Amino acid sequence: MSDAWIVVLVVGVVTIAIKALGPMLLGGKPLPERVTGVVALLAPALLAALVAVNTFGGDQELVLDARVPGVLAAAVAIKLKAPVLIVVVVAAVVTAGIRAVTG
Amino acid sequence: MSDPAREERSHRDGVRAVAPLAIAVVGFGVSYGVLARAAGMGVLAPIVMSMTTFAGSAQFAAASILDVGGTVAAAITAAVLLNARYGPIGVSVAPWLTGSTLSRFLHAQLTVDESWAVAAEGDGRFNPQVLLGAGVTLYAAWVVGTVLGVAFGDVIGDPSTWGLDAAFPALFLALLVPQLRDRRAKEAAILGAGIALVLTPFTPAGVPIIAAAGACLLGLLDRPTARTDEGSAT
Repeated sequence: MSDAWIVVLVVGVVTIAIKALGPMLLGGKPLPERVTGVVALLAPALLAALVAVNTFGGDQELVLDARVPGVLAAAVAIKLKAPVLIVVVVAAVVTAGIRAVTG
Repeated sequence: MSDPAREERSHRDGVRAVAPLAIAVVGFGVSYGVLARAAGMGVLAPIVMSMTTFAGSAQFAAASILDVGGTVAAAITAAVLLNARYGPIGVSVAPWLTGSTLSRFLHAQLTVDESWAVAAEGDGRFNPQVLLGAGVTLYAAWVVGTVLGVAFGDVIGDPSTWGLDAAFPALFLALLVPQLRDRRAKEAAILGAGIALVLTPFTPAGVPIIAAAGACLLGLLDRPTARTDEGSAT
């Protein structure tokens, strides 16, 4: 088997298992109260981390590039209560525009 | 008790919520297909990977490592680390998946960052219909993009030329803001972002995100009865 297929097979099986674990073992049952309070904070914690890493993350380094003004423009659009479609388009257009100008 | 201010959302709302992102996902699917071919993964393997692994960042990491001549073990480790966050994410949606075993399995496989984020209704609640609608839309976009990239090569160029890489943090930010309802949620967000940024220069990709998930342990500081109406004195 080629290297590529070994990677596809192993990563596929492990990822499917990781994703399935919670819903298969705990599916449909309310979590213990103590855990509910913790899990409720997963969305804010993880979303904030995803914003941070996708805005400033490079290859094992923090970088300031055209994504930053794009995301700042998106923040302004969110503040002005723009729909999500507009927020996403604003970020892409600002970032693309700055890249076009700065080459 | 249903909240009259909050309308019940359906599959269609899930599709609509991620539609703006679908174009970006197709674009990154194309560039993944191009990278995977350049890395010598052939035609079928990248497509099968998109259909089974269905996780962009992990697939990019694995293909990049193979592309520069890295080992199979390095590619697998990087991809698995990047997908480790789906452990806690799966636990968070589990209580809301009430269907059969097969239904729960399929919902679980369609749970990716974006479908999970748009299905979040605040206070730890998730809408399985929105999760499904968004997940199927993203899945189709990712697989179609991969096929296009593998088959036709570099037709759109680098997706970052079009600013598509900024679309993802913008979406996550738009979905984060309504989550910040109370002080504890704001603290968790600041701590999560802080952990992720501090670790990024020092750890392999994926570790900053899974470590940031630990910020939700702030919830242990609250009394367990804090979120319910009838407080038992335990």
